Amino acid sequence: MLLFIAFPLVSVVLQSVHTPHEAVLVTVETCGPFGCSQETAIDQDATSALRTSEPLGRFVGFDIYLDRAHLAVGEVKEAWAVADNWDGFFDAIGNLPFYRAMAFTLTFTFTVTPILIIFGLMIALGVNALSEKIKGVVIFVSLLPMIVTPLIGSLILFWMIDSRGILGNAIQWLAADPDLSLKASTILTWVMLIVYGVWHSAPFAFVVFYAGLQTLPMDQIESARIDGASRWQQVRYVIVPHLMPLITFVALIQLMDNFRVFEPIVGFNAEAHATSLSWIIFNDLGGETRQLSAAATSSMLTIFGVAILLSPVLWRTWQDFKGKS
Amino acid sequence: MMSSVANRYPLHLRALIYGFILLWVLMAAFPFFWTLWGSFKVELDFFSIANWTNAITGQNTFNTYGSSFTDTGYLGAWIQEEFWRSAINTSIVCFFVVCTSLTIGTLGGYALSRSGYRYTFWLLITALIFRAMPPITLVSGYLLPFFEWNLWGILPTTIIVLVAINQPFTLWMLHSFFQSIPKELDESAKVDGCSQFQAFRFVIIPVMWPGVITTGLFSFLLAYNDFAVTSMLLSDENRTMVPKIAAFLGTTYTEGNVMFAVAAVVSATAPLFILVMFFQRRIVSGLTAGAVKG
Repeated sequence: MLLFIAFPLVSVVLQSVHTPHEAVLVTVETCGPFGCSQETAIDQDATSALRTSEPLGRFVGFDIYLDRAHLAVGEVKEAWAVADNWDGFFDAIGNLPFYRAMAFTLTFTFTVTPILIIFGLMIALGVNALSEKIKGVVIFVSLLPMIVTPLIGSLILFWMIDSRGILGNAIQWLAADPDLSLKASTILTWVMLIVYGVWHSAPFAFVVFYAGLQTLPMDQIESARIDGASRWQQVRYVIVPHLMPLITFVALIQLMDNFRVFEPIVGFNAEAHATSLSWIIFNDLGGETRQLSAAATSSMLTIFGVAILLSPVLWRTWQDFKGKS
Repeated sequence: MMSSVANRYPLHLRALIYGFILLWVLMAAFPFFWTLWGSFKVELDFFSIANWTNAITGQNTFNTYGSSFTDTGYLGAWIQEEFWRSAINTSIVCFFVVCTSLTIGTLGGYALSRSGYRYTFWLLITALIFRAMPPITLVSGYLLPFFEWNLWGILPTTIIVLVAINQPFTLWMLHSFFQSIPKELDESAKVDGCSQFQAFRFVIIPVMWPGVITTGLFSFLLAYNDFAVTSMLLSDENRTMVPKIAAFLGTTYTEGNVMFAVAAVVSATAPLFILVMFFQRRIVSGLTAGAVKG
């Protein structure tokens, strides 16, 4: 594990501070019948020799981190200086790829996670009240959206939501607008991706909460009822506190998973309206020009983001550990 | 438990619950049935502009082929586009990933659960952090060395990468599983004169299968569902199913090509259906195992 994960990490860090060599230029003087002229040409041999001898490229330090495709410090400063109000500032920043991706990733993470927790809890409470016979079937069906490959799941929904698909048709009919297309508008694309995210992850929350409901302290519920608690109050004051550790667990796992949202963007073909950090990395790596160092830098920034997201948890675990020993 | 009169739900509440669950079941299952149904139609029916009932009755399919169902999508995907090759690749990758990561995970998880040193904590925390990182961040780290050593595009390297990405999770899960096996079990074996290895071989191995199968299921799902790693690290002819489906959509748009993708999607989902059907209990217990312990 250490070899295969720690080593690539080192490789990522190294790559993120290097950039491909520039071509070696030579100036050649060509003399013709009408006098001599100087030409600058690329010395192919020398360039390829240099590139094979040092495949990492030349060392540039943190330059890539600061360039336009990543943190874009220069552009942000300029936008800050030019913009006279917050709207203008955010408009300017929204055009920078890194911040655009960041905006979507964060929005996605922090809308999907709470919605899916509430949704999962509702399903779990509902299923728990069903009769034994149909429980099994309902659980089987509920697992499907989670088990299915994310790319495949998003493709299936994408085809249905297409303006010629059944859901797309239904939405057009509901909105009474025959030209409505979910793919054309940024807001609707985001909503679509968020709905997909909830659809995909709610089963996970459901299964965990459902298992938690099996260990519900019946005597506490009974005493709450004797004290005159309504059904809603029982849920609010007995069941939810009982499930609290599980809610934290689900929230943690889902924060991590939603932060790396990637497949739905490919599946929904939504690159034009929504990009995520993982998608930027994928895009840099793919295509004809494999921009390894740009991708490595994005990777480092993503890992940094994950670290920030995880830091409260790590801090608490560390406190627990210190308390134990 | 629910038989007492006080526990019984009033009618309107029960209606609400059943209504909500019905809605959820529809949401969860309908897309799959719709796609399965549509995969036997021609594209004009699957995406019907004129009338959405065409997708159900298959009007255009009937006009073209004389029957409401057609297998052209499947034939095209599996034979013409050689989807069977990707299916074989997927099974190779899944098989080796599951075997390798289970072997390492069982031994490692057992060792970690039985040793009381400080470093186990740190090792597990590192595993958790690695689990939190998006796999694609590591891919760029692998790419350059693989290019340099000419290892890019073949199945074994992809298997190694997938195992590496999967390992933290396997280790974490099997560690907590082995901790739930009482220590007294192998201690008593050692009292009876077994060596540490013999204790593992004759006492732990017979009781470890439930945990191993559950972990194996999740490793399988990871290998099966992966898109980022396989699409980056495999050359065109070595593609597994998921990147292959993505490639169907990426190629220039021609009539019927989308139906190849639809048929391929249905084919790739079928094994997962069967998996859930047989191992539902295991999957549920696996998902909750980590949670209940907190």
